[in-house]
Amino acid sequence: MHLLYLILVDPFVQMGTAPDLLAQTLWEGLVSGVLYALIALGFVLIYKASGVFNFAQGIMVVFSALTLVGLYAAGVPALLALALTAAVMFVLAVGIERLVLRPLVNRPDIILFMATFGLTYLLIGIGELIFGGDTKQMIAKQLYLPSGAIDLPMLGGVVRLQKLDIAAAIIASVLVAALTVVFQYTRIGRAFRAVADSHRAALSVGISLNQIWIIVWFAAGIVALATGIMWGARSEVSFALEVVALKALPVLILGGFTSIPGAIVGGLIIGLSEKLFELYWGPLMGGGTESWFAYVIALIVLLFRPHGLFGEVIIERI
Amino acid sequence: MLYREVGQYHTNYRADMRIFPILQDRIGILVILAIAFLGVPLIGGSFFLDVVATPFLIYALAAIGLNLLTGYTGLLSLGTGGFMGIGAYTCYKLTTWFPGVDIVVWILAGGLAAAAVGALFGLPSLRIKGFYLLVATLAAQFFLQWAFERIPWLYNNNISGTIEVPTRTLFGLPITGATATPVTRYEVALCIVVALTWLASNLVHGRIGRSWMAVRDMDIAAELIGIKLLPTKLLSFAISSYLCGVAGAMLVFLWYGSAEPTVFSIDLSFTILFMVIIGGLGSLLGAFLGAALIHVLPIVLRGVPPALGLNIASSTVEHLNLMIVGALIILFLVAEPFGLARLWQTGKQKLRVWPFPY
Repeated sequence: MHLLYLILVDPFVQMGTAPDLLAQTLWEGLVSGVLYALIALGFVLIYKASGVFNFAQGIMVVFSALTLVGLYAAGVPALLALALTAAVMFVLAVGIERLVLRPLVNRPDIILFMATFGLTYLLIGIGELIFGGDTKQMIAKQLYLPSGAIDLPMLGGVVRLQKLDIAAAIIASVLVAALTVVFQYTRIGRAFRAVADSHRAALSVGISLNQIWIIVWFAAGIVALATGIMWGARSEVSFALEVVALKALPVLILGGFTSIPGAIVGGLIIGLSEKLFELYWGPLMGGGTESWFAYVIALIVLLFRPHGLFGEVIIERI
Repeated sequence: MLYREVGQYHTNYRADMRIFPILQDRIGILVILAIAFLGVPLIGGSFFLDVVATPFLIYALAAIGLNLLTGYTGLLSLGTGGFMGIGAYTCYKLTTWFPGVDIVVWILAGGLAAAAVGALFGLPSLRIKGFYLLVATLAAQFFLQWAFERIPWLYNNNISGTIEVPTRTLFGLPITGATATPVTRYEVALCIVVALTWLASNLVHGRIGRSWMAVRDMDIAAELIGIKLLPTKLLSFAISSYLCGVAGAMLVFLWYGSAEPTVFSIDLSFTILFMVIIGGLGSLLGAFLGAALIHVLPIVLRGVPPALGLNIASSTVEHLNLMIVGALIILFLVAEPFGLARLWQTGKQKLRVWPFPY
């Protein structure tokens, strides 16, 4: 009885007595949700275009952030370093297309997926070899990212909003809007959607698959770069992000593998719910629930709605 | 010409169906077993046994377990580390409660708990497959690792949060704990691995293995010929997790001596998966070859440059190892998706027809 009270009633009493804490938690959940959503966005881009589930997206985030910081440390001005990092991501996209995607074309999805495991390890190895394995500070100030916080007095307390987080949310929205516009209204975007629909039909009307793949992997690289900057500015640049990036998987399950809005909404829901659960229900279980809660949500969604909130319904008997 | 089966006729089905139908293969396996049981402990020093041989056997067993699931049934899993942990922690609790019972019994029993948990997390495989199933197994991995860290009961409320292996004896000979010699631990590990490999080999060559492969190749067709999908998949999860659980118990009891929860992290899952991919999906031999390559590679990388007079920092070696493993995976998937096992078969075929091309 007492346990039921602790699980079902007490958390809500706590929420009611300290609404400012609740608001603060909601905000932090949203912010971490934005970052999950950005990582998931990179997954969705590549999944839609090449049917590859790119496990290396998380490491691409770290890799781009490391490159940026490393170039700056080598004496390159910040904005030039940003441009050079984008160039590196382009080279990476071309390399992946030539060395991984093209030889593996027409093979089972699962093989391509496992190839991205290899890619992950390769990128970790290269990144650590060149830039070292220690954590680094993101050059947030040099990239004109705001710092400091806004204290909003509300609900009988103070809610602290980091300016950086607001910037992250704005950048994420701009990225999503830009991608949506590109996919809906440009020539490249149409070609991209054609490839996503059917590789063969796209080939037959003269769309170059290889070109599209390079562009898409490059776009995912740019999204990774944006994510890397934001993530790095909030904490620090290190390979620990690899595990965080795995959270994009439950986000995708929740939002649906093929939907860009789904990635965003899924990211926000996962971010919010795991922060709330950790704060109000976590202590009952000894804390640290953030490491697995997202996956449990994904499991529940999988049982009842396997295509996610916004994904295409694929009818298939298993 | 070096390797011929000419004149070896099989006059009944039994002879035709045996795992090693060729005399040379049967002699070969006996020689390998003799070397493994007698040669390695006699020649290899305790360093070799502790650092190379015993870990290789344990990894190979885990790789066989994952191979049954991924290679034979076609279900991808990243929960291997968690299932291995279940085996280790169960074995630890059991031997704490019943110190009098032989430790080998508890190592084997630890696998049973892992099998139960594996089957539980395998339940979603009825409805989902591919990436979706991967997320279910990731849930298992992260939840189990969290449980190993946060539930003090599992590690007997040790302050350090680690499990320490007590000394246990078999016929008066210590086989686990600080006083056990490397040779004893190696021989115990070898016995378990050989027995379970034999079991796995019989499974995959029999009706069960064939139904797994049918599910892997085309699940709808498998269902049409009368294979019940749920029991088949769950059995695959259970047996795979059983082998992984036993490997996990051996990892702690016969190799590490003590273990923190981080031992059973997702990195372990990846390591085992890479052994399966590089060794060869759907091949028991591949599990051994993959385990040998992935386990020995960093040791060789660490040992060879100093021997050649080169001085490479140990961190550089780690990074090189990661790069080589990553590149090898892509290379194998592109060039030889069936891994080292297929290369071995090709080599054997070449020997058989030598000096002719075919």
